[in-house]
Amino acid sequence: MGVVGQNVPRKDSGPKVTGAARYVDDLSFPGMLHGRTVRSTTACGILHRVNCEFDATGFTVVDYRDIPGRNTITLIEEDQPCLVEEEIRHHGEAVLLLAHEDRERLLEAKVDLEYEEKAPLLDARESGKVFKTIHIMKGNVIEGFSDADIVIEGEYRTGHQEQLYIEPNGIIAVPENGGVTIIGSLQCPYYVHRALTVLLALPDDRVRVVAAECGGAFGGKEEYPSMIAGHAALLAVKADRPVKIVYDRQEDMVVTTKRHPAVIHHRTGVKRDGRITAMEIDVLMDAGAYVTLSPVVLSRGLLHASGPYRCDNVRIFGRSVMTNTPPNGAFRGFGAPQTQFAVEVHMDRIAEHLGMDPVHFREVNVLRPGDTTATGQVLGEDCSAHKALTEAVRRTGYHEKREAWKGTNRGIGLSLFFHGAGFTGSGEEMLASMACLKLTETGVQILVSSTEMGQGSRTALSQIVADALGISYEDVEMENPDTRIVPDSGPTVASRTCMVVGEILRQCAEKMKERLGELSPREYYRNYGPFAVTDSYANPAGITWDEYAYRGDAYATYAWACDVVEVEMDPDTYEVRPLNVTAVHDVGKVVNPRLAAGQIEGGTVQGIGFALGEKVVMEGGRMVNARLTDYAVPTTLDAPDIDAVLLETPFPHGPFGAKGLGEIPMDGPAPAVVNAIRHLGVDIRSVPTSPELILEAMFPPHPMFPMFPPHPG
Amino acid sequence: MRFWLNSREMDVEVHPMKRLLDVLREECGLTGTKEGCGEGECGACTVLVDDMLVCSCLVPFAHVEGARITTIEGLGGDHPLQKAFEEEGAAQCGMCTPGMIMTAEALGPDPSRDEIKRHLSGTLCRCTGYSAVYRAVEKAKKS
Repeated sequence: MGVVGQNVPRKDSGPKVTGAARYVDDLSFPGMLHGRTVRSTTACGILHRVNCEFDATGFTVVDYRDIPGRNTITLIEEDQPCLVEEEIRHHGEAVLLLAHEDRERLLEAKVDLEYEEKAPLLDARESGKVFKTIHIMKGNVIEGFSDADIVIEGEYRTGHQEQLYIEPNGIIAVPENGGVTIIGSLQCPYYVHRALTVLLALPDDRVRVVAAECGGAFGGKEEYPSMIAGHAALLAVKADRPVKIVYDRQEDMVVTTKRHPAVIHHRTGVKRDGRITAMEIDVLMDAGAYVTLSPVVLSRGLLHASGPYRCDNVRIFGRSVMTNTPPNGAFRGFGAPQTQFAVEVHMDRIAEHLGMDPVHFREVNVLRPGDTTATGQVLGEDCSAHKALTEAVRRTGYHEKREAWKGTNRGIGLSLFFHGAGFTGSGEEMLASMACLKLTETGVQILVSSTEMGQGSRTALSQIVADALGISYEDVEMENPDTRIVPDSGPTVASRTCMVVGEILRQCAEKMKERLGELSPREYYRNYGPFAVTDSYANPAGITWDEYAYRGDAYATYAWACDVVEVEMDPDTYEVRPLNVTAVHDVGKVVNPRLAAGQIEGGTVQGIGFALGEKVVMEGGRMVNARLTDYAVPTTLDAPDIDAVLLETPFPHGPFGAKGLGEIPMDGPAPAVVNAIRHLGVDIRSVPTSPELILEAMFPPHPMFPMFPPHPG
Repeated sequence: MRFWLNSREMDVEVHPMKRLLDVLREECGLTGTKEGCGEGECGACTVLVDDMLVCSCLVPFAHVEGARITTIEGLGGDHPLQKAFEEEGAAQCGMCTPGMIMTAEALGPDPSRDEIKRHLSGTLCRCTGYSAVYRAVEKAKKS
């Protein structure tokens, strides 16, 4: 019997439960210095002078003039400097780097920055600096609206959200062989590698990037580690000693990336029978001070903006604009939680206007096999949104509860959602990721740059290889990602590791099996010695994408899901508590049910945080509640019970039928919570919501006395 | 200054105001105890001091003179909680795991789900949504 579909033990949990696992802050090197980043305290201005007001003995000091290559963090654009030269675009921007062996002296060193301060641009709606626009057109919206019986509009908003991995960002740089070795908490070893070759003007073989054990990431360690690695490397090269930079929680929360805030406007035409005739959607995302990943976050957001619904006439327009706040970036879901919040809340509002049951309204419009998405992608047999909806409604007794709880302080709401797996459009083709399988004395070894950050990649990829080779799970091991040893299998992002990298490994295993013939890996090794098989990814046949027109197959496939959330509102404080969530997810063949449930349970609770508690308070372009005391992620007392249900409609081109599942659980909880609040009779259109917003929605302030809402009692 | 660490007597000379967390990690070389926030909110640095749960980031070293301290390393490797966390997949990224296990260690036998929730409410996990943690604690604490 194979191991795909089985709850085999995790490959990485032994050292994690004994405390033996080594995270970056647990590592130390002889002669190691500690590094510190001196940052701007203004959101916008011109830097005039840097005054070091400390005894420089034993200090290594680095500014932009010490950069041997280009002063930039290479990603999509090269607009973000590693160290400020003159222009300051956000609070907390790195200006000067210090290193010292004594951490106390390092922290005491006083540096005074003189600038000419300018008025910062803080409201995305007023920003004229557009980083990216995307337009998706299908059919003819003008005709669609003229066919409609009713047109319903609405504006929806989502706020910043902090990833809040429990291990803050950290990197150690070690000068080695005329270059530098980076050891750190990161998702994408080759992103860091590329950024450092540009920054340090070093050839590829002089930069080595090694992943330490990673204490959580959720996108927060996708692009930012390149910045910290750049800082640590510059200090290490100048000092000619290893340098460690580990952020404390406050620094991590103030300066690293967050989820893009979004303002989304919907205008939808519907027939009286519920059929959607036209959808017009406008999406504005606040990118922060530099481009980072904003164009692709916007793209994924737009490609999910019309939800899992069929409509012949769609126009989606989106833009991502600059503000003087720290750059926003990758966070689980990558734009889709924002846009699917909007469309799912909008769908319940339309159903309400039509006097239709929200489930029935969705059944009328839900995407089914053979239907086309907004980009004209024809969906395959694995399009199972309707199945997920039906199962979620059946399991929860949605209709009975909706009826029985009318007029009480209990509400029930649902959301139907989807998530494309892998890079968007031709992204996977351009990446052409590689993976390698090596025969060893004891079995086989997986060589990929996909990192383990808790999601279970070591375990799931080993299961796929074991079954593809027909060997035992114990005989498969995974090499730690190290750019000197592993090929570039792309970044560990976009729900792509299991589906894309897993599929390359399955192909490697097929080829290896052919060569092994009747022999086991061990027997072959004993007789003929080692060999390795490397393969690269190609999209399934028939996938086409037009980047210019934004038409075609946006993703190789999608996962489909439905969340039902039950809430209770405190009649005195207006606090909304989620009681339980039923999360029905179809992610194709499930490689490891326990890991899959772990992704759904964890992602769902992050989604609950996005909906209810996690408010980033920005003042003057700076996060002012950057402490765990003031930024409330769900604790055991806030997290609802979760019933994670797995449907398994196989995807023919995924390994053993698997799809991606890392991000989709993040998309559904927020709109389901807000729809449950709507069931209580309260019209909420933004997250995070709060008792204050609910109070305001229930008792709008008097226009002449805005400070004094009427007493609810 | 003398104290007992995982049943071994220790004698460490450092500044009395150094955080217990740093003494454990830097002076004693036990890096299983993690720093997540440095302000006593996340619970990743939880250890037992004379059988009392404390966030070691909030305790100056001077406070533990003569005390018995137990860290994750003191549980060995075959402790029922460690085994249950492995079996239930309750350790994802693993960063909260040592603090979570030490916190659960202080819980009595056969706890109800509500008791577990209340007891673990000072330890944050961002990966699991806590469900797998509950399953592991219930399994390990079943008498």
